[in-house]
Amino acid sequence: MSHAMRASGAVAAFASGVLFGVGLLVAGMTHPSKVLGFLDVFGAWDGSLLLVMTGAIAVSAPLTQWIRRRQAPYFQRTFAVPTSLGPWRSQLDARLIGGAVLFGTGWGLSGYCPGPALVSLPSAFDSGALNSAAVFTAAMLVGMLLFSLYDRLSPRKFGLPAQRYCDVAALRGTLADTDDTRSSIAR
Amino acid sequence: MLGGAVIGLAAAVLLATLGRIAGVSGIIGGLLPPPRYDTKFEVTWRAAFVLGLLMSGWIAYVATPGSPIGSSPASTTSLAVGGLLVGFGTRLGNGCTSGHGVCGVSRGSARSLVATTAFIVAGMTTVAVASIVGGES
Repeated sequence: MSHAMRASGAVAAFASGVLFGVGLLVAGMTHPSKVLGFLDVFGAWDGSLLLVMTGAIAVSAPLTQWIRRRQAPYFQRTFAVPTSLGPWRSQLDARLIGGAVLFGTGWGLSGYCPGPALVSLPSAFDSGALNSAAVFTAAMLVGMLLFSLYDRLSPRKFGLPAQRYCDVAALRGTLADTDDTRSSIAR
Repeated sequence: MLGGAVIGLAAAVLLATLGRIAGVSGIIGGLLPPPRYDTKFEVTWRAAFVLGLLMSGWIAYVATPGSPIGSSPASTTSLAVGGLLVGFGTRLGNGCTSGHGVCGVSRGSARSLVATTAFIVAGMTTVAVASIVGGES
């Protein structure tokens, strides 16, 4: 990959991150009490976060369709999106569901998910008291590291091996793109 | 609704420019050891995205009065346990609200639809149980 491609790619990723953060802020995702209000479906339910998710999908879905018609993204030679290697029913393994349940539980306990926690983090450096975003983020990072350990130590008893992050078209067609393809395949 | 639209747009931007999924858990996870990619760029773009998130938060914090950033009403224990579960669970399930909920569903991924349903139900159950437990103590 050329330096220009790398540089513009990094700028694009940064811009996307900023925009994503702005979206989270405007949506109120950085107010954990609001998130917990959305999850409090048996209590005083605040359904506004439902609008957030549907709004995001309403914009993202058509754009995704349109973008995927291209051969490649603007600053890369191939797409690197998860590809199903089999019938979809076989893809619904214990890891996926177990992971989602664990994640949802943690989300319900704290009101944070990864994105809003990071956006909230800069405000942590000012407060005298232990900041909630900081505690959560530190614990989240530990949790992720623990998973890496678990992943290393456990044989893959559940379901299929992790999905390959590469574009099937890239495998079938352009072998010249092996560099990018190989780099996109997460071990 | 506008916030959601901006989130969706940001995800589309990442897909259009780098062809990647804007799943924050995977982006953060990819920055942690053990090293798992063959090229440095895989780390570079993730770091850039995370920096972008942090930057937006920082600017919001310093520039906006009546800050759009709130703290969580959860106890420190709940935050810590919650954080551990989110960290472990998002890596196990390979996604979070952005990865599965926005990007995956937008792609029509059955895995993501199932995962999103699962984590929303889990979240709602947790809040319900917590309020019952909290009410009794």
